Amino acid sequence: MRTVIFRTIAPYLAALMVLFSIFVLLRGHNEPGGGFIGGLIAASAFAIYGIACGVAAVRRAISFHPMTISGFGLFLATVSGLPSLFVSQPFMTSQWLYIHAFGVEVPLSTPMFFDIGVYFVVVGAIGSIALGLEERESD
Amino acid sequence: MEATFSILIGLFFAVSVYLVMSRQIVRILLGIGILGNAVNLLIFTSGRLTREVPPVIPPEAVTPLEATANPLPQALILTAIVISFSFFAFLLVLAFRAYQELGTDDANEMRVAEPVGDAAPPQGY
Amino acid sequence: MATPATGVDLARAIVIDPTLPADWLVVAPSILTILGGAICLMARKNTEAQPRVAILFLTLLVLACGGLFVHVLDKGVVNMVMGRWLPPFGIAFTADITGAALALTASIVALAAGIYGAVDIDTSGRRYGFYPFLLLLMTGVCGAFLTGDIFNLYVWFEVLLISSFGMLVLGNEKEQLDGAVKYAVLNIIATTLFLISTGLLYGLFGTLNMADIAIKTRESGLTGPLASIAVLYLLAFGMKAAAFPVNFWLPASYHTPRIVVSAVFAGLLTKVGVYALLRIFILLMPQARIALTDVIALVAIATMITGIFGALAQTDIRRLFGYLVISGIGSMLAGLAIGTTAAVAGTIFYAIHSVIVMTALYMAAGIMHSMGGSYSLRKLGGLYGASPAFAAVFLVLAFGVAGLPPFSGFWPKVILVDAALATGHGWLAGTILLTGLLTSIAVGRVWVFAFWRGGAEGTVDGGAVALPAADPVLTRAAVWLPLGVLLTLVVLLGVLPEPFFQISGRGASGLVDPLGYVRAVFGGSL
Repeated sequence: MRTVIFRTIAPYLAALMVLFSIFVLLRGHNEPGGGFIGGLIAASAFAIYGIACGVAAVRRAISFHPMTISGFGLFLATVSGLPSLFVSQPFMTSQWLYIHAFGVEVPLSTPMFFDIGVYFVVVGAIGSIALGLEERESD
Repeated sequence: MEATFSILIGLFFAVSVYLVMSRQIVRILLGIGILGNAVNLLIFTSGRLTREVPPVIPPEAVTPLEATANPLPQALILTAIVISFSFFAFLLVLAFRAYQELGTDDANEMRVAEPVGDAAPPQGY
Repeated sequence: MATPATGVDLARAIVIDPTLPADWLVVAPSILTILGGAICLMARKNTEAQPRVAILFLTLLVLACGGLFVHVLDKGVVNMVMGRWLPPFGIAFTADITGAALALTASIVALAAGIYGAVDIDTSGRRYGFYPFLLLLMTGVCGAFLTGDIFNLYVWFEVLLISSFGMLVLGNEKEQLDGAVKYAVLNIIATTLFLISTGLLYGLFGTLNMADIAIKTRESGLTGPLASIAVLYLLAFGMKAAAFPVNFWLPASYHTPRIVVSAVFAGLLTKVGVYALLRIFILLMPQARIALTDVIALVAIATMITGIFGALAQTDIRRLFGYLVISGIGSMLAGLAIGTTAAVAGTIFYAIHSVIVMTALYMAAGIMHSMGGSYSLRKLGGLYGASPAFAAVFLVLAFGVAGLPPFSGFWPKVILVDAALATGHGWLAGTILLTGLLTSIAVGRVWVFAFWRGGAEGTVDGGAVALPAADPVLTRAAVWLPLGVLLTLVVLLGVLPEPFFQISGRGASGLVDPLGYVRAVFGGSL
């Protein structure tokens, strides 16, 4: 698989896929997309990069262990349900915050952070399985 | 429409049960994969089938303008797909590891944990 | 988002009243364990900090479950809906006495396992995620005990299942992979059956909320589709609970992982299945249970008998205890088959007893291995000479699991036998008593061979053989503390059974008569 063409293209392709995955993640609130599918795209980006340049390169590139990323996502997703405690509403009730910056209204909400958490969980879990399988193939 | 789907689901179940009952781990895994899809179709059909009316409320309204498709089964299926997907990934790794370590993919020959002819417990001192 | 002024009455769709902080206790067990598990996952390289964080969160879990239990005893069923969507649309967490009592017991056992694991699980086991998996397993267990939504119950089952896979293969040994394949395949089929039945149930009633289903099944009576769904549920949860014809995954896998993992599994996993059976057949579909009484009774008898005969035929003490778990499940199913309030109370009490005593027995097996260097009854021996106190401890646990007074197993068996005789189920009563007798033979034999005999097989009567040098872990308090706590509970349940009678009785009447449960979920409107 490690042809010159593939190895040259793979980093750009992977970077593009990660960018696209973030786009899919953020548009997921009101349109098709979301954390799970975004995470899958990002995980496949890592998998492609791993096939082209070796698993060690991927592990260096993401600098954290995939399970650590997963843990962070789980933490973020759970914490995003907690703010409703302070406004006397049940767990996971969405809270909104509208920030005006540079003349644009930026709606921030807890569901978005939940989705980002899901994204990280999926990136970590699927990435870890994919890298694990690729590692075994090479030895 | 539901009747056609029911027959299709029955077919899926038949195939998956047949595969799960075989001895090779890979076939069992394929059976489990098909079983998961059969269940998704089952839930989808349980929510009753309607065509071309997505459960979306237009921005200017607060309630749906007409009868829409049932969104709940879709949410359930999404959950079930995610779960069965991750289980399948795990099982794949597990089966591969087991094949590497035990040198067989035949469930009948996997007797490391339960050896044949295990010593009987002592009857006396 | 600003609510548009329209004719829609929001009070019918979402919770308007402020939520009390005390209501958060219902979700606190799940939140705490997820947070703890996530932190442990992030700290995967820091194997020193992991046990501390995990034990801290498990202690918080015990406190949260204890608080919830007191709250439920005090105020009745506690309910909370996610995202403030009113039931039956929102996912509800509903804690009644049964669920809260079992969650509290499970959390104590998990804390004990967390402490024991600090010694039993080595650095590589920690790096491969023992503590995150333990905490996430508890998320699943507590979530299953406290949820009020049947699809959510499925999700929690999957959460605990996937964490249990991770714990089962910790160490990557041949035996473990072998056991894990069987465990994983059979359990996935069981949960898929659960999902199939839930899909059909949804097709029938159009709702997933347990309180809503409880009303609707009582209105509809036992129809053909409902009966088929009930049978599917019986098969699915029977598989999870390791009931007779579908129990082969348990003895194939429970002896393979690290001993503390076996202890957690033996204590918790099958009991979640029994709890789900109680929920489905007592709370949701009482008519189906009446129709299936004979089937469940037969399954119960067969489970008890196969379990205990399996135990009598084992040399490896871990496998022997695995079969004892199965025969205990049979006794709990007997209560389900009888179905009166007293019998259900017996099942709940038995489940609490079984969670504690089976975990303690596996921990004791781990200590026996550290002392005697083996799990085989042929090689163990002379442990009485090594530690008479531990021999006494094991004897207490053995009496407890066999149901001899004055320890924890006695009272639930009394309730169950009494309820069986009162309703004319003489066969069930007889089998429970026979199983008790055979259990005392099985565990008594372990004690005689491992403790009383001077050394390994072949040692002359009265002779003694020097034991291998005792494992240094035996000097650590973390080995003895959890066993001591569980032992205290075993004795306490036996000596002071009155509060536990009341708790399980109230829990059972809350399941048999769902009015309080339904009221708590739907407010006073029903």
